[in-house]
Amino acid sequence: MLTSQFLLLGAILFCIGVYGVIARKNAVLVLMSIELILNSVNINLLAFALRNGSADGHTFALYIIAVAAAEVGVGLAMVLLIYRNRRSIGLDELSEMRG
Amino acid sequence: MVAASETLAPLSGGWFLDNAWLAPVVPTIGFALIVLFGKRLPKKGSEIGVLSLLASLVVASGAAWQWIQRVNSAAEEQFVAPVVRTWSWWQAGGVEFTIGQHVDGLTVTVLFVVAFISTLVQIYSLEYLRGDRRYTHFFAALTLFSAGMLAMVVAEDMILFLLGWEIMGLCSFMLIGHWWEDGANSRAALKAFFTVRTGDMGLLVGIAILFFAANEWTTENLGLSGFSIRGISAWALSGDPNSTVILMAAIALFIACIGKSGQFPLHTWLPDAMAGPTPVSSLLHSSTMVVAGVFLVARLYPVFFAGLDILGPSSNVIMVIAAITIVIAAALAFVQTDIKRVLAYSTVSQLGYMMLGLGAGAWLPAVFHIFTHAFFKACLFLCAGSISHSASHHSFDMKKDMGGLRKHMPITFAAWIVSTLALCGVFPFSGFFSKDEIIDNVGGNGYTFFMIVGLAGAFLTAAYMTRATYLTFFGEPRGAAAGEHDAHESDAHDDAHAHDAHASDSHDAHDAHTEHAGPHESGVLITAPIAILAVLAIFAGLFNATPFGESWEYMKKWVEPRAAVVAEAHAGGPGESLIVAVPSAEEGHSKSPCGKETPQDGICYAPQLNHAKFKWSKALLSLAIVFAGIAVSWLLSAAFYGRRDPRLVGLTQRNGLARAGYRLLANKYYLDDLYERGIVGNVSGPLARGAYWFNQNVLDGILHGVARAAKAVAHVVYRDIDQRLVDGAVNASADATKSAGATVQPIQSGRVGHYGALLFATAAVAALVFVILNT
Repeated sequence: MLTSQFLLLGAILFCIGVYGVIARKNAVLVLMSIELILNSVNINLLAFALRNGSADGHTFALYIIAVAAAEVGVGLAMVLLIYRNRRSIGLDELSEMRG
Repeated sequence: MVAASETLAPLSGGWFLDNAWLAPVVPTIGFALIVLFGKRLPKKGSEIGVLSLLASLVVASGAAWQWIQRVNSAAEEQFVAPVVRTWSWWQAGGVEFTIGQHVDGLTVTVLFVVAFISTLVQIYSLEYLRGDRRYTHFFAALTLFSAGMLAMVVAEDMILFLLGWEIMGLCSFMLIGHWWEDGANSRAALKAFFTVRTGDMGLLVGIAILFFAANEWTTENLGLSGFSIRGISAWALSGDPNSTVILMAAIALFIACIGKSGQFPLHTWLPDAMAGPTPVSSLLHSSTMVVAGVFLVARLYPVFFAGLDILGPSSNVIMVIAAITIVIAAALAFVQTDIKRVLAYSTVSQLGYMMLGLGAGAWLPAVFHIFTHAFFKACLFLCAGSISHSASHHSFDMKKDMGGLRKHMPITFAAWIVSTLALCGVFPFSGFFSKDEIIDNVGGNGYTFFMIVGLAGAFLTAAYMTRATYLTFFGEPRGAAAGEHDAHESDAHDDAHAHDAHASDSHDAHDAHTEHAGPHESGVLITAPIAILAVLAIFAGLFNATPFGESWEYMKKWVEPRAAVVAEAHAGGPGESLIVAVPSAEEGHSKSPCGKETPQDGICYAPQLNHAKFKWSKALLSLAIVFAGIAVSWLLSAAFYGRRDPRLVGLTQRNGLARAGYRLLANKYYLDDLYERGIVGNVSGPLARGAYWFNQNVLDGILHGVARAAKAVAHVVYRDIDQRLVDGAVNASADATKSAGATVQPIQSGRVGHYGALLFATAAVAALVFVILNT
């Protein structure tokens, strides 16, 4: 069954995404990594939807794509504002949220 | 009745018929290539546009030729199955979405017209837009437009149809606003886009209604989805549909046609769309894109036939809308001074004729009118462009900058006259055969009132075209046509500004050779397309020359789907259908049950329609009306514009009735005012005021009351419960939290990366717990 290959691909993408979110300093690259994570989830949903022969997974994946688009829009707007204020998008220089 | 004679001829096919889908695909690839590499090519991408459309034209011509062979290979009353090929596109929830081609007589006709005129218009644009700032983008949009229209024409199902339809809308917006630096142009583009979008809602709703109503029947009986055009057509005539549902579907689809084809009351965008470059007006807003609505009705004719009870005793919504459109648009053409706007209103009026034909059951004459109208209307627009390009210094104003051009522009003049005669419907030019057939068949099907409206429209058409011809080519040269270039520059021209403001580089180059030459004939790249179209404007009518007898009715034989009852072989592909009942041939008309009653042992794909018997007496009557229109208009134009007859000049100032009429027309029946101030203003204004009042009085009143009560209660609660009881507990827990927080505080580093790591670590732990719990 192909499902396991799909799941493996999803897992690999997920790991790459997690690595990017944790290790990258560039805010844009972190956003891209988040996209990777979302898409790995999509692949999982589609793989299971194919295996179970139901349309729910497809619907969910479409929904996630739409939400991801909105999320990137908001994220990029934030990055833009941070850049305007600080002339840099390095996340390691941002620590105003410190408790 | 000669029933069940199974005279089956195998239908011939061919490479071009099987691969007609290449016609839209090649320009699509061409579009991508122009966008990617156009600017680096020696001709700035225009060569790709022209070549890709030439390839489309070859495919379309080959498909048309092989379709004729296919029809000829069929028996007399045999249903000629369309050449259908489908590929699976995607699958969701048990419904398979396919993409594919559906090639029949209607498809090949429109495919050929679109590919042919697109090619000519692209060649014309090579010269007309030479040196334009966005030359490459122009050709990209033009090529994408052709791809969209061709895709819509070959579409096998409504999804692809919708896709092509929307691509056209988008390209129309891009091309109208081609010179967007001028605010008027981008406003016109927006107006066109939003007006058409208003109608497009109808297309979406209609497709959805048809899908949900038809899917079950088509899946069961034909193995097709409810999006398939064949499936919907067969379903509509099968007796299965609920009459209310199919009426709703037909009306929803017709609303889309009203928007796209500029029918009353959504016709207002089309004249404004003339803000685009002239080749665009010629291709999109006269001959091809605007007939998409007519094409939709012709394509899904069974739905309209069954839903609106066409051929029934009473008039239907299509005919009423079309009749209004014919008359009001023709009347508006009289008060225009911009030559392109005259032609635009003429287009609206002619589209009304096509719709009238379809609404009255004259399917074939309407489709034939698409065919002939495309040639002569494209020719007229290209002539207008040629005049502005070479004679009137980029002005389209007939009163200010034209007149007496017949001596300077012999080719343009000859083509204009030929196309005008074709548009007016003068024998033996092409418009006569198609328009007269529509009027004749509308009367023949018993709709006498609408036949009279059609004849009145013919009179008006002849009259306004004569006026435009007189103003442009006869009389004394005025303004730019007389060589007054300097006066022109200071003139505040509404119509010239597009060029003046934007194509400034081309403008300068242009001045260099026109300044001393005055009005002159355009170059060969402009006159050649005009001449070709003019020749077709003369002869295209011979494809269905009913007056010359049955043997001349090629269109009827090749294009009209035959209304035979077909027993569809389920597993068999296209072309393997059987005829189960060949109807008898009484009075030259076959009496197929299709459309009138439920077919018993088979399926109908097309309703049985009547064809009026041609009579010279009726044709002579309409010719007399046309000539009366020309003569009256010529005399009035010569008196008014030529001699400045004092009885006519200033009539609108002296006579109250004339003034009222003129003002009504000059303000376009106040429809624009109605839409902009009336609907947009009145809906948004009172809505906002009403919402504000509701907010201030009702909501705020409730809020204030609640707030006062809450305040009183809160006072009591505050003093007794809150201060003494709750605060004690809260303070204690706060102290505990504070000390705990101080311990965890270092984790809150403020670094996003750290937070992310914590998040994923938690998730990993949770995942581990799940795995352990589930095993």
